[in-house]
Amino acid sequence: MTVLRPAGEFDESYATDMATIRRGWQWIALFGLIAGVYLLPFYASQSTVALVNRIAISIIAVQGLNLLTGYTGQISLGQAAFMTVGGYISALLAIHFGWSFLITLPVAALGAGVIGLFFGLPSLRVKGFYLAMSTLAAQFIIPWFTRNAFPELLNGAQGVNVPVPVIFGIEFNTPQKYLYLTITFLIITTILASNAARSRMGRAFVAVRDNDVAAELMGISPFKYKLQAFFLAAVFAGVAGALSAHHLRHINSESFNLNDSVLLLGMLILGGMGTNLGPFLGAAAVELIIEFATIAGPIVSAWIPSNSAGGVQALRPLLFGLALMLFLIFEPKGLAHRWQLIKAAWRLRPFAR
Amino acid sequence: MTEPPILLSVQDVTLHFGRVQALSRVSFDVKEGEILAIIGPNGAGKTSMLNCISHFYTPSQGHIYFQGRDLTKTKPTQIPRLGVARTFQNLALYSGLSTLDNLMAARHIHMKTGMLGSLIYWGFGHREDLRHREVVEEIIEFLEMESIRKTVVGALPHGLRKRVELGRALALEPKLLLLDEPMTGMNQEEKEDMARFILDAHELRRLTLVLIEHDMGLVMDIADRVVVLDFGLKIAEGTPDEIRNNPDVIKAYLGQEHRHL
Repeated sequence: MTVLRPAGEFDESYATDMATIRRGWQWIALFGLIAGVYLLPFYASQSTVALVNRIAISIIAVQGLNLLTGYTGQISLGQAAFMTVGGYISALLAIHFGWSFLITLPVAALGAGVIGLFFGLPSLRVKGFYLAMSTLAAQFIIPWFTRNAFPELLNGAQGVNVPVPVIFGIEFNTPQKYLYLTITFLIITTILASNAARSRMGRAFVAVRDNDVAAELMGISPFKYKLQAFFLAAVFAGVAGALSAHHLRHINSESFNLNDSVLLLGMLILGGMGTNLGPFLGAAAVELIIEFATIAGPIVSAWIPSNSAGGVQALRPLLFGLALMLFLIFEPKGLAHRWQLIKAAWRLRPFAR
Repeated sequence: MTEPPILLSVQDVTLHFGRVQALSRVSFDVKEGEILAIIGPNGAGKTSMLNCISHFYTPSQGHIYFQGRDLTKTKPTQIPRLGVARTFQNLALYSGLSTLDNLMAARHIHMKTGMLGSLIYWGFGHREDLRHREVVEEIIEFLEMESIRKTVVGALPHGLRKRVELGRALALEPKLLLLDEPMTGMNQEEKEDMARFILDAHELRRLTLVLIEHDMGLVMDIADRVVVLDFGLKIAEGTPDEIRNNPDVIKAYLGQEHRHL
């Protein structure tokens, strides 16, 4: 995408040309936005704050998936399974060792990353559709493991109760307080994800996605970078899983299921694959659709009383499926692409349509 | 004047696809600093030869030595690190990246930033990117691609994409550059531009070139020596003048003895 800027505005060094944020007012806008989100508990309802928490956690998971599917081109249907791994590891470390959340979360992320690396091994041999099938294996093996292995530790299908994180004496026991945790980690993962995309590793990811044969003959090992992408995707999933588990204070084998893996992939497609903005827009859009379905469900069932329970249940996947279908037809590059077009149109105004 | 040293030595290379013999016992040397053209009718095995050199194919027999190192026993990802770069007959760019990033991606082999450095970026990764950006900008200027620097290459016309591919190969800073039909699908003006860039790269960057090309006028103009392949066999080798008058070559191209020229 050609960068269009007002006339007379030039970069005078490669550093400013490469910078993500170029202008003073952009810094102000960014800090204003962050402050606005941090201050949500003071002006928004509890349900809104809870929704923002859900969106933030989804964004982190989708950012990981974006590195793997968006940038490296490896389709994965196992992202939620790695959230399960992260959630369980963090929970068990907190329960049995009493470690602080600030330690259990990174350990959980790395643990999930190692498991992700393992499930990324088939990418050496299989591509596309077949790889999607083999990542699906993670989505069956990991929940099966948590249900059946080490019953005294993992407590079978019942799952485990997860302690509330306590950091510097503050108990993060309400959605309002928890917001500070999720948003802080979201800021960190956003910085890491955008750095990953623009650096040596990110260019190697896209090289593998766009032409793995050429990449190999240009000295970029496709296998190495596919595995790095699987590792990072699972690390992000681990962070999201741990954040979610400590927020809901419970985790079991069904906390993050195949449905969630598909939802995360849907968020990425809706938002725009291979863009930094995509995970934000996609996760927000899908979580809002789900929220809308939850609110609209009772109203719909009032209209159709004969099949009320089924109607409410069906509304969520129905709306999600409809949105995904419409996007694939009308906006296959996702919301982030639309945002780029809007920006370009404003810059060219009044000359562009 | 002393004879220039041999940079690449292809020795008895044989390649099968099932029962099809793509190359049979092909041998030739590439001297340092020369432009060697490989010509031949369609399906003669020219691209297969390049694919063997960059170890995309492994020959069933024979060896290919580059500065004494056997490329048939070197991993494909290591070959550009030794100093062998190539372009592709059917474009193989990273279509989702800009011109700039395509060239930056080629700097991969000269860079060191690892996964952690990439994630943190601040500090070493950033400085390294800036350093290599300068190298890449020189190539962009050399190939007159300033105006398409930030254009995604998927959106570029064919002629420019070919130029980006040449730029990407140059960004690897090779000693030996393999060009697989760098001028297919170009009009006369684009071909002349491309020939100028190739010759400039040859002179200014002291590159040794192996060139596959169908445009005979061009090959005869710029090549120092020519190797002719036909049905996987080397049928002739020599200076352009020798090749032009070689009866085997004329037969291969025209299909019969050429009596009255």
